Amino acid sequence: MAPIQIEQGYSITYLHSYGQDSPWFAGATNKKLLASRDPETGYTYATPRGHDMYTGEETEWVDITDRKASVHAVTVCYFGSEEFLPETPYVLALIQYEGVDTLFLTRLMGVDPDAVSLDWIDMEVKPRFLRNSKLKPTDVYFVPA
Amino acid sequence: MRSVYAISGGVSKFAKARPDKTFQAVIKEAYDEAISDLGLDFRTFTGVADGSVASYFSDHFSRQLMAGIMAQDYLGLLPKPSHRVEGGGATGGLCFQEAWKSVASGDMDVCVAYGFETMSHVETWKGNEFIALASDVSWDYPVGGFYSGYYAMMVSRHMKEFGTTPEQMAAVSVKNHRNAYFNPYAQKRNRYTIEDVRNAPMVAWPLTRLDICVMSDGAAVTILASEEGLARIEQAGGRVRRPLVKVAGIGRGTDAMRMSDRPHVGYDTFMREYATEQEKSSDETLSYYKELWDHGTRYPGVHSFRAGRSAGNMAYKRAGIVNPLEDLDFVELHDAYTSSEIQTYEDLGLCRYGEGGPFAASGKAFLPGIDYGLDLPDDPVLPVNPSGGLIACGHPVGATGLMQAVFSMWQLQGTINEHFGDATLQVQDARRGAIHSHAGTGTYVTVSILERED
Repeated sequence: MAPIQIEQGYSITYLHSYGQDSPWFAGATNKKLLASRDPETGYTYATPRGHDMYTGEETEWVDITDRKASVHAVTVCYFGSEEFLPETPYVLALIQYEGVDTLFLTRLMGVDPDAVSLDWIDMEVKPRFLRNSKLKPTDVYFVPA
Repeated sequence: MRSVYAISGGVSKFAKARPDKTFQAVIKEAYDEAISDLGLDFRTFTGVADGSVASYFSDHFSRQLMAGIMAQDYLGLLPKPSHRVEGGGATGGLCFQEAWKSVASGDMDVCVAYGFETMSHVETWKGNEFIALASDVSWDYPVGGFYSGYYAMMVSRHMKEFGTTPEQMAAVSVKNHRNAYFNPYAQKRNRYTIEDVRNAPMVAWPLTRLDICVMSDGAAVTILASEEGLARIEQAGGRVRRPLVKVAGIGRGTDAMRMSDRPHVGYDTFMREYATEQEKSSDETLSYYKELWDHGTRYPGVHSFRAGRSAGNMAYKRAGIVNPLEDLDFVELHDAYTSSEIQTYEDLGLCRYGEGGPFAASGKAFLPGIDYGLDLPDDPVLPVNPSGGLIACGHPVGATGLMQAVFSMWQLQGTINEHFGDATLQVQDARRGAIHSHAGTGTYVTVSILERED
């Protein structure tokens, strides 16, 4: 007998808390890009982190909005997970900031996805912010400087 | 710790979808093969087994919590001990090592490691979403939401720093697909050319559909035993194949979930904490690395897997491996992407950092006696993914690391012809092999060394 297959739906709304990272989203809402710095060593994370992974110390917020930034790595996604399919092709980039020890994952706008090349790496970029915050990390995106 | 032997295994046919059976019955396919290889029937094996470890990645795929215990009763292993392990793509590798620990510690004499994934229950784009939920849902998933995109960024940096080319990546795909042509368990048994790989639909630049493994339904089982366990199986009328295959050493490493958080350590730190003894002892390599760092390379960055190097170094040290390229006879590594196979060549010390691309196209990682349709400058030295790897065999996540263990055990037993019905993929006189399982963008990595006892 051929196997009988049925459909089973599954839908959930999560109440997701940003916890100690919440000030970052408040910052982005106010067009500020915040980073986390260990007050003792100065080691700075581009993505929020409440405690430094080397010292265990609580980090402090620093504003890196106007620091020099460039593309560290890049791709164009022509496929994606279901939520992002309508956005394809989209450009993903890892951004390196002057004086920041780690990278920042973001969307790169203002470039032609069909013209992607390694030449985009090291390109100087700057942050832009959504006019109406959605309280997501995509409230900030980057464009060529 | 006691000696631990991989004595038997089984692999279900990996396929895009297995609607003909529930996951328990797919696991039993692999389980029955493993038992049959020992010459035991179901009831007799049930009497000698002490317990199990269950391996599956995502509860979302099956929409079933506690799936492990549902397999446990299906396999007749109640009320024996069991636990489930989960660690993304490395789930199967972690399962193998947890089973090893159960036996090595004396807790069990015969331990069944079983793993599965049934990814066909959702469409590919939804499956990509489930997998992407294994990236940070505050910071990575909402931006990228797609592992192929993450890996594509990694390799774009690798290309920028080291000159690695898409054609070198394609050589990995050609190799692994052609190997799988001779593996009846593999999902994709196709012969491709470099042009086929590059002309396939682009998924995330520069990775095409043929640079990336596919979602699968499938299961694998590996049975591990102590010397006491071997005796018990033989007393029960079982047949334990000789030469025995011993687990000579295991290693495991971790790294930050967000790949953007990976540190960029300096040359001195790299040499002190991460370099292999072989690298440290070569003035030429020291000079090569010094030059890389002087030109701005940082470790691990997003182009290297520190967890893989840590796992490899740990396993090599425990197994007495100094020069992996010479001391190993084959490697089954986690090639979810052609690019990650290249990155892993470097992390496992098969070549130096930055030289993974040329190594991929050199021929050194290919099998002798197979026409790959490529002009390879070097003879085979250390076949990598002789089974066809994840790219061609498929990647039912919880099963994959155990599949590698089974295929490697068969290589060391010299039973590839018996199990595949074709001897083409048998590595001649294989004495020692490595299996490598990898999660996330390099968050959990396991390396286990299997060795034939003479």
